[in-house]
Amino acid sequence: MTDFFNALTLLGNFLIIPGLTYGSQLALGALGVTLVYGVLRFSNFGHGETMAFGAMVTILVTWGFQSLGLSIQPLPTALLAIPVGILATVILTLLIDRFVYRYHRERKANPVIFLIVSIGVMFFLGGLIRFIIGPGDQIFFDGTRFILKAREFKQMTGLNEGLSLKMTQAVTIITAVIIVAAMFWFLNHTRTGKSMRAYSDNENLALLSGINPDRVVLITWILVAALATIAGTLYGLDKSFKPFVYMQLLLPIFASAIVGGVGNPIGAIAGGYVIAFSELILTFAYKKVVLYLGPDNMELESLVQFLGTDYKIAVSFIILVIVLIIRPTGLFSGKTI
Amino acid sequence: MTALYQQYRNQILFSLMAGLLILVALIQSLSVSLTILNLCLISAIMALGVNIQWGYAGLFNVGVMGFAALGGLAGVLISMPPVSDAWQAGGLGILLGLVITIGTVVTCLFAWSRIQHLRRQRYWIIAVIIISGYALLRIFFDPGADAVESINPSVTGYLGGLGLPILVAWPVGALFAAGIAFVIGKVALGLRSDYLAIATLGISEIIIFFIKNEEWLTRGVKNVNGLSRPVPYEIDLQQAQWFQDWAMAIGMPVDDASAVFVKVCYALLFIAVIGILLWLSETALKSPWGRMMRAIRDNETAAAAMGKDVTWQHLRVFVLGSAVIGLAGAMLTTLDGQFTPVGYNPLRFTFLIWVMVIIGGSGNNWGAVLGGFFIWFFWIEAEPIGLWLIDALTSGMDPQSAVRAHLLEGAAHMRLMTVGIILLLTLRYAPEGLIPEKKRL
Repeated sequence: MTDFFNALTLLGNFLIIPGLTYGSQLALGALGVTLVYGVLRFSNFGHGETMAFGAMVTILVTWGFQSLGLSIQPLPTALLAIPVGILATVILTLLIDRFVYRYHRERKANPVIFLIVSIGVMFFLGGLIRFIIGPGDQIFFDGTRFILKAREFKQMTGLNEGLSLKMTQAVTIITAVIIVAAMFWFLNHTRTGKSMRAYSDNENLALLSGINPDRVVLITWILVAALATIAGTLYGLDKSFKPFVYMQLLLPIFASAIVGGVGNPIGAIAGGYVIAFSELILTFAYKKVVLYLGPDNMELESLVQFLGTDYKIAVSFIILVIVLIIRPTGLFSGKTI
Repeated sequence: MTALYQQYRNQILFSLMAGLLILVALIQSLSVSLTILNLCLISAIMALGVNIQWGYAGLFNVGVMGFAALGGLAGVLISMPPVSDAWQAGGLGILLGLVITIGTVVTCLFAWSRIQHLRRQRYWIIAVIIISGYALLRIFFDPGADAVESINPSVTGYLGGLGLPILVAWPVGALFAAGIAFVIGKVALGLRSDYLAIATLGISEIIIFFIKNEEWLTRGVKNVNGLSRPVPYEIDLQQAQWFQDWAMAIGMPVDDASAVFVKVCYALLFIAVIGILLWLSETALKSPWGRMMRAIRDNETAAAAMGKDVTWQHLRVFVLGSAVIGLAGAMLTTLDGQFTPVGYNPLRFTFLIWVMVIIGGSGNNWGAVLGGFFIWFFWIEAEPIGLWLIDALTSGMDPQSAVRAHLLEGAAHMRLMTVGIILLLTLRYAPEGLIPEKKRL
C-alpha cells in the first residue's frame, strides 16, 4: 500500500502540480487570444509580447515597492503591483488599437492583413520591452518560497517520496481559478458581457439591436490586457522573466486556444490544461512509478519515457498540428463566446 | 516629378540601395559592405520564395525558418566527409529505423484508404499503427543512434555527409525543402489562411526541434563547423604569387584583399543564382500559368468554376516557393561555413522575411528582392545608426549619467522597434509596398 502512495506522491509532485500550474498560465493566455479572435476576428501574434509588457511593468513597480519597503508577506509583492501593470497594459493596448488596428477595422480588412499588422505590433513591442528592461533574465520573486516542503511532507506521512508545493504554484492556480470564474460571470451575467457575446456571435444582428461596437471593442481590449498581464506575471513569477521566452510561449498558447476551439472561452481553458498535461505526460520518465507499482524485486533499464525531455515544447506543436488537420474547429467547437 | 519617379521607380530605388552600400563601404569598410551585400542577396532569395507563395497565390506560410534550416541541413549532409566509424557502429540501426519509419507511413496510408467506411474506429486503427511503429522504431533505432553519438562526440558524434562539393547542396537543399513542403501542403493547405499560418509556424518549430535534438544526423547544438567552400580560401590566396602581385597592383594589403576577393566571389555566385531565379519567376508570372495563379488568388471560387484545380495549383506553388527558400538556406550555410541549429529563430528567419516581402511589394518579384535588400541593410545598420543617433542626442548629458548609459545599451534593440514601425506604416499608408504589383488587364 505504501508503494501505491509513494507512486501517487511522485506523480503528484512531478506531474499534477506542475501540470496544473503551467496549464493555468496557458489557459489565461489562451483566453486572451480567444477573446481577440471572437470579437475582433483575427489571430493576435502580438499577444505574447503584450503578456511580456504587462509582466515588465509589474516587475518595475514591484522593484519600486520593494525599495519602499512595501510587502505582503508571505505572498510575493508582485501581486500588489499587478493592478498597476494591468493599468499600463490597458493604456498600451488601447493606444495600439486607436493608432493601428482601428484603421484596418474601419476598412474591414482581411483577417490575414490583421495578422500581419499584429506581427508588426509584435516587433514594436518586442523592441520596446528590450529597450526598457533589456533582454536578460529578471527575477522578481520574494516572499515565502515553499508552502509545503518535500522534507516536511516525508516526515508527516512517513513516505519515501516528498510532495512540495511552491508558493508561486499555489498563487498561480488560485489566481487562475478566481480570474476564470470572474470572467465567466462577467460574460454570462452582465449586460456588457452579454453584448460582447452577441457581437461575437453575429455582428450585424448585434449592431441592429443597438449594441455599440466601439464599446465592445474597448471592453475586449481591456479584458485582454488584464488577462495578458496576469498570465505574463504569473509565468514570470513561476519560471523567470525573459522577453524572448514570451515569444516562444505564443505557440503553446495558440495551441491551447485552437485545441479547445478558437473563440470559445471554455475551450481555451480546457485547451490550456490539455496542452500542459500532454507535454508532461509524454515526456515524464515513469521508471520510479513503475518500480513502485511493479513487483518488489523488479529491475528496469530504460527510463520508461515516451519522448525525450528535449521534446517537451515540441509536443504542444505536434498536438496543434494534429488538431488542425483532423479537427480544425477544436474539441469544443460550435460554441463561441 | 512624380511622373518621372513613377517611370523610373525601379531604377531609382535600386540605385538608392547601391548608393547605401557604397556609403557603408566608404564610412565603415569595403569588407563590411560586401558582407551586408551577400546577406542581402540571400535574404532577397528567401523573400522571392515567400513572394512566390504569398504574392502569386495568397498562401500565408509562416514556416520560412523550417525550410531554410532544411536547406542548411543539406549543406551538412552533402559536403561533410562521412564518418566511417559511426556508420559501422550504428549505421545498421539507423537504416533499420528509416525502413521502419517508411514502412509505418506506407502502412498508414494504405490502411487509411481501405478503412474509410469505418468512421470513428479508423482513427483508433491509425493510432495503433503509429504507436506500434514508434515502439519498433525506438527498439531498433535508439541503440544505433546512441552508438553513433558516442563515437568521438567532441569532434564527430554523427554520421557525417557524403563528402561532395558544397554546390551540390544547393539544389539538394531545395529538394529537401520541396519534399517536406509537399507533405505539409498535402495535409495543411486545406486550412483557412490564419490557421495555415499557425500550422506552418508550428511545423517549422518542430523541424528546428528535430534538427537540434537528433544529434546522430546534425550534431544538434554542438554545430557543424568547417563546411567546404565553393570559393578559394583566404590563406591560399595570400600565399599565391599572382594574388600578391594583384593586391600590390591595386594597392591593398594582402590580408584585406584576400577577404574582399572571397566575398566578391560569393557575391558573384549569389548574383548568378538570383538572376536565374528572377528570370524564371518573371517568365512564370507572365505565362498563362501566372495568369491562372493570379486568377486563383483573386477569386478562388471563380477560378474553380472555370475548371482550374485550385488545391493542386496551391500545392505546386507552395512546393516551388519552399524550394526557393531551401535553396537560400543552403546558400546561407555555405556562406557561413557552418551549420548552427540554435541560430534559427522565427523572428529573424520567418517574420523578418515576411516584412521584406510586404515592404518590397507583394506580388512583384523585383519588389521582394528590393525589400530583402532594404530590410536586411536596415537590420544590420540600425544598430550603428541608432548608437550614433542616441550618442548625438544625449551628448549634452553627463557622460556618467545612468540614463545615457541605459539608452546606449538599449540602442541595439531599436531595430526591432524600427522594423515594427516601418511595417505598420507600410501597411497603413502604402499597402502595395515600394514596388507595387504591375496592373495587368
